[in-house]
Amino acid sequence: MVEKKTVFNLRDDFPTLKRKVNGKPLIYFDNGATSQKPSSVIERINSFYQKENSNIHRGVHTLSQEATSMYEEARNKIKSYINAESEEEIIFTKGTTEGINLVASGFSRKILKKGDEVLISAMEHHSNIVPWQLACEFSGAKLKVCSINEEGELDMSEFESLLSEKTKLVAVTHVSNTLGTINPVKKIVELSHKLSIPVLFDGAQSVPHMKVDMKDLDCEFYVFGGHKMFGPTGIGVLYGKKKWLEKLPPYQGGGDMIKTVTFEKTTYNDLPYKFEAGTPNISAGIGLGTAVDYLSKLDWNAVHDHEKELLKYATSEISQIEGIKIIGTAAEKVGVLSFIHKDAHHYDIGTILDQLGVAIRTGHHCTEPLMKRYEISGTARVSFAFYNTKDEVDVFISALKRALKMIL
Amino acid sequence: MGVNERAQELIDDFNLFEDWSDKYEYIISLGKDLPEMKKEDKKEENLVKGCQSQVWLIAEQNGGRVYFEADSDAIISKGICALLVRVFNGQLAHEIVGNDLSFIDKIGLKEHLSPNRSNGLVAMIKKIKTYALVYSNS
Ligand SMILES: Cc1ncc(COP(=O)(O)O)c(C=O)c1O
Repeated sequence: MVEKKTVFNLRDDFPTLKRKVNGKPLIYFDNGATSQKPSSVIERINSFYQKENSNIHRGVHTLSQEATSMYEEARNKIKSYINAESEEEIIFTKGTTEGINLVASGFSRKILKKGDEVLISAMEHHSNIVPWQLACEFSGAKLKVCSINEEGELDMSEFESLLSEKTKLVAVTHVSNTLGTINPVKKIVELSHKLSIPVLFDGAQSVPHMKVDMKDLDCEFYVFGGHKMFGPTGIGVLYGKKKWLEKLPPYQGGGDMIKTVTFEKTTYNDLPYKFEAGTPNISAGIGLGTAVDYLSKLDWNAVHDHEKELLKYATSEISQIEGIKIIGTAAEKVGVLSFIHKDAHHYDIGTILDQLGVAIRTGHHCTEPLMKRYEISGTARVSFAFYNTKDEVDVFISALKRALKMIL
Repeated sequence: MGVNERAQELIDDFNLFEDWSDKYEYIISLGKDLPEMKKEDKKEENLVKGCQSQVWLIAEQNGGRVYFEADSDAIISKGICALLVRVFNGQLAHEIVGNDLSFIDKIGLKEHLSPNRSNGLVAMIKKIKTYALVYSNS
């Protein structure tokens, strides 16, 4: 358990948490959409533009060389943080969405053939559905979807039965953004590898809540973005095993990703640059390195205990309110609490809560097929980060009661 | 009463409110009082796009005047529907088209209900004006 004091110490690192909204102290419970940033990250980006700004990988001058080393140092930090084999496996992208599209585009052009299958799950974010639909449309492959149970857990026996020699890739989320479910990723890898099927995990919602270890997990691809893990927007990471990244064709063409260009034939740069066409978001890359520094210093056991405690407390408090139903009650969950009320629309709840200073997300959370599975139009979603507190949950619960009183 | 008089009436009502909760309570009560739309009218083609909640809007004309009916599955959106119906229902098509919408600002809803709030206020107004425009040309 993080001592209360420790949590408050962490809060002090996040300037946005100090602001007021509609005259009330902000209670930020929309971390699933994006997290707040520690001062160190904000200052790092600021200082880059104040003192260090330059393009990378192409200058002989000092500024450019410094910027290049800082950017590459960030790559190295990320490599160590997620325990990848080498920097060649760390591709900078602009976010989770781009990472998945990169892999899907490569698979559709190089690997998928008519009659092949890609297996996803019923709880995927649109970012891990639509790229595969496009890939299947292009290649003639088929998209298969593994169901979930009422609690919001993958049906693992169905998962196993859907795997076959036709399956060319399994692409599943590590953590559901809507339900909070933590999927059994190791089991998924184990079952898929039995049939030599590569696995991609959408890590957008896992990295804010846990440390991930690529060697231990042994998946072929792991995709995440910076902005939900206390880093900047506009930067993300595609981790891929070298062997697999080598198999895939370049995603976009342009500067930086080439070795030599002639009008007859262009040769491509080595990993990771083969997939990094054009000038990247340099300051965000460096800023993500700083976010990783910050996360590396956290006591993750304490963070887990604290977030678990928050979720348990909020779940039990909200369950006592008449008419509330929680969507997503998996045994293994991160601090995400989606709920509906039998007579109050999630939009109304979110609007009134905002007036009371509580920021939550409402709607389908980019998981429309999942909403259809539960036969609902959307939910109100509370999503915690380690800097949230039980006191905030108390304020939220009383704000929710007040909102319901107004609406009903 | 024309569009401007109805809008002024609304502005006067809203001026009585001290804070946001009075305003919202009023909007919610308007929503509750607005009659429900017939089930068969709540269909895809009558949906107003750009709202997080479902909002339906239908219109018909009679003698140069446009009559609106609106509904929503969210009570705040339904209250906003009621506000708009109150101002625009039964008005002359060209008056609806010509209204500058400054009343939205004056009732202090702009700060709470800005276009990026995905409440669909802007989308609703656009649809109302489109209907009026079509009818004023016919
Ligand atoms: C599970 C999941 N996958 C993918 C994404 C897409 O992330 P981004 O929009 O940052 O690319 C999100 C973000 O909402 C997410 O929650």
